[in-house]
Amino acid sequence: MSTRVGVVQFPGTNCEQDVAWAVKVLGGESEMLWHGDATVGTADAVVIAGGFAHGDYLRTGAIARFSPVMDAVAEFARAGGPVVGICNGFQVLCEAGLLAGALQKNAGLKFRCETVELRVETTATVLTRTAKTGQILRIPINHFEGNFVCDEATLKGLQENEQIVLRYVDNPNGSLDDIAGICNEGRNVVGLMPHPERASEAILGSDDGAVLLRSLL
Amino acid sequence: MTDDELSAIIDLLGRDPSDLELAMYSVMWSEHCSYKSSRKYLGRFPTEAPWVLVGPGEGAGVIDVGDGLAVALRIESHNHPSAVEPHQGAATGVGGIIRDIFSMGARPIALMDPLRFGPLDTPRNRYLVEGVVSGISSYGNSVGVPTVGGEIVFDPCYSANPLVNVFCLGVLPKTRLVLARAEGEGNLAVLLGASTGRDGIGGASVLASAGFDEPSTIGPGADKRPSVQVGDPFEEKKLIEACLALLDSGLAVGVQDLGAGGLSCAASETAAKAGMGMDVDLARVPRREPGMSPMEVMISESQERMLAIVTPEDLSEVLALCERWEIRASVVGRVTTTGRFRVYDGAFDAWGVPPAPAAAPSEDGSLPTFEVLCDVPGESLGDGPVYDRPVARPADQDSLVAADPLAVLAQRFPAGADAGPELLGLLSLPNIGDSSWVWRQYDHELFLNTVAGPGCDAAVLRLRETLPTPGDTPGSPGKALALTTDGKARFCLLDPRTGAALAVLEAARNVACTGARPMALVNCLNFGNPEHPEVMWQFSEVVDGMSDACRALGLPVIGGNVSFYNESGGADIHPTPVVGVVGLIDRLDSRIPPAALSAGEVIVVLGDTAAELGGSEWAAGRHGLLGGMPPSADLAAGVRLHELVAALVGERAVAGVHDCSDGGLAVALAEMAIGGGCGFTVAAEGSLAGLLPAAACFSESANRVVLAVETGRVDEILGRAAAAGVPAAVLGTAGGGRLVWTGAFDVSLADAETAWRDALPSALAGGVTPVG
Repeated sequence: MSTRVGVVQFPGTNCEQDVAWAVKVLGGESEMLWHGDATVGTADAVVIAGGFAHGDYLRTGAIARFSPVMDAVAEFARAGGPVVGICNGFQVLCEAGLLAGALQKNAGLKFRCETVELRVETTATVLTRTAKTGQILRIPINHFEGNFVCDEATLKGLQENEQIVLRYVDNPNGSLDDIAGICNEGRNVVGLMPHPERASEAILGSDDGAVLLRSLL
Repeated sequence: MTDDELSAIIDLLGRDPSDLELAMYSVMWSEHCSYKSSRKYLGRFPTEAPWVLVGPGEGAGVIDVGDGLAVALRIESHNHPSAVEPHQGAATGVGGIIRDIFSMGARPIALMDPLRFGPLDTPRNRYLVEGVVSGISSYGNSVGVPTVGGEIVFDPCYSANPLVNVFCLGVLPKTRLVLARAEGEGNLAVLLGASTGRDGIGGASVLASAGFDEPSTIGPGADKRPSVQVGDPFEEKKLIEACLALLDSGLAVGVQDLGAGGLSCAASETAAKAGMGMDVDLARVPRREPGMSPMEVMISESQERMLAIVTPEDLSEVLALCERWEIRASVVGRVTTTGRFRVYDGAFDAWGVPPAPAAAPSEDGSLPTFEVLCDVPGESLGDGPVYDRPVARPADQDSLVAADPLAVLAQRFPAGADAGPELLGLLSLPNIGDSSWVWRQYDHELFLNTVAGPGCDAAVLRLRETLPTPGDTPGSPGKALALTTDGKARFCLLDPRTGAALAVLEAARNVACTGARPMALVNCLNFGNPEHPEVMWQFSEVVDGMSDACRALGLPVIGGNVSFYNESGGADIHPTPVVGVVGLIDRLDSRIPPAALSAGEVIVVLGDTAAELGGSEWAAGRHGLLGGMPPSADLAAGVRLHELVAALVGERAVAGVHDCSDGGLAVALAEMAIGGGCGFTVAAEGSLAGLLPAAACFSESANRVVLAVETGRVDEILGRAAAAGVPAAVLGTAGGGRLVWTGAFDVSLADAETAWRDALPSALAGGVTPVG
């Protein structure tokens, strides 16, 4: 039986079909999880896909955290289930308190869509278990609010517990400590700004993202 | 509205129009909505081909691409709103074109934005660029449609009147194709999406159908800012999903977007196209504020609204689906057999129009009567006047054409002169330099289709729907689309007929460079004031030149848009027809050969070069010498070239390929060098040999493509070219860290790359100092 990935869809989410496609290309199955339903269905893993949930109004992720599905996601995460937030999904997980820190506007105050280099900092997470520490991955970013911030104590905790999962090789957005992705203390909840689904097939220019998504399957 | 137009309305109504009627005719008969100055000419375009499913006159043109799939495309302008309020003007342009595409049942999957601005040496032009790009970025990214290409071109003629054109493409199963028709007596017109406010009142008439007066101190048209609409991409994203879901469930008979002219236009058009009438009740229209007049409700251009025609039986299901997507849905109209377009205020509840309970008729069986605010023949609103405006070739056209820049340039740059500084100077022009500052702000990868994106000759999008189930047969080829937009206004100023043909040739050539065969064209015709006979001459010539080229290339024109009154203080812009061309790749199983060189490759140029400098970037852009004839547009040679290039690229017989256009061969070679991080050494061979070296470098002769070929395949390529009747010359080889054209220039790759990369960012920073 292949792994079944539940992909959360809020009004305004736009990467949900892309994640489902990449999962399928890599041999997994997927189902859509509607934001208004307080369940993760039969999913073995949950991905909160990118986009602009609820239009990103008020603040990225600020309204999405109140959608009924988030209660189910939080419960699933507490039980150790793998949860990954990509881009807007990362922002939602931070707002929901499932991950530390917050994402503010990019230094430079411009939206950035481009392929960047990432360094895998730990393989002890649900998203990097099939990668190698120190491995460099070429994966696109696509965001205006990807500049990770947190207080000093939180950063110290992230560093000491090896919760920084991915770092930018050449920081594109001003993120604290070059952070591109982090995990929770349980290492089963991961948020990252880059889009691994956009680098899942060579014809798209890079298949390095498959290294990450395959870890989920 | 003119006195003659008012008389025509009085004649057709047999009475004076009410205030509401007058306002509606005024919008619907505006230049923007009625095409009254251009309609006479538009019939000249070839519009048919066996694969055309829907031609001009609908929300979008649609072609059949096989495998049960169709592709919808459209291009539009949002020039004046963007001049007045660049961010919202551009954003709502994006929103409008997307609605045109999904109103046909297609999922919008790609946007492209051809932009024209004045030079970046004024703060105002820099503000316009920043605002327009941020508007496209914020709306397009958020609504979830990737922007995969476009153009950004600078010329003094656009300083007070920038051009913001928007192209959108969508994909649909052929079975979901729907036209905006209000069929079926008793069917209901449901208004979906945003509430109606006072924004965008007079967008079509006040803004789009008049020029700007003398620039005021706060910028041209600042007094018209209240006529610009405000966009909400989140509302639109929900509308896309809800409308496509309605069509997938077979719940809508027809769908129409609300654009220029608002509810007046959408409701009357859908009914008229079906040969039906419609009653509208203003009281059913959700509003943003109290106290709106009937006129304001009917002609408001509030964004993110659609009109769906549904049967009464399906209404509850339609309302439930809209609730799931959190969009408003309100029954505002009912289809009648009267042929009349009638507007009431408060009648529907009394008449029992759903969702109101059925009304109990009075004793004599009649329904309560209400004052009718508008009662006109439905088709008359969309049936505006057609003008045959005076046409005259400009008096200075002969002297313009006579001022060929070659003689002056030959004197300044005789044989033996160093063309290196000229090359670096061209690379540092914002028209030629790297445009990634723009497109890095656009999501160009959503939907995982983008195999070649912005910055390439043409964007290439795979059609995921044509791929086998992923995982089953990895790497299996599917179909793909190639998309580009092109327009060369300076060429059109010098000779509109040739310039229009050159735009078609360039677009088709860009598409051929990806291995695709051109399938369809849409055009956005940006011109000055149609009341100037010289502008109408330019228009007529452009339509003829474009029609000739499309006929020769077998390219049907499946849609278009005309934007007049692009003028300021009485000065018209250059005639700026922009074309969007889509091509089909039958089989895509690997990446497209890049516009890049690798060491050891042999450089071959296809096509002949003549000393054609009229309107070129070198003569006009760098040296300010705007005159002469544009390059000749040999249509038959173009057809031969496109077929050969598409075949070679499709077979992957070449390692690299690049269209040769702005800045000529030297710039094309430099771009390939920068793209591959590899220099070259070439010499003037073939048709280049006899020319003045600098002219050979920078001539913009049409019908040329540069190939990078592996050594072992050169003879094969030359043989194929000879057989196809396409001139070909081996120029030299790729390698090293310098760009060397024997007898013309020798510059370092690093210098060339710096000039090219810094061009736009440094101009935007306010420091326009071209190198050399």
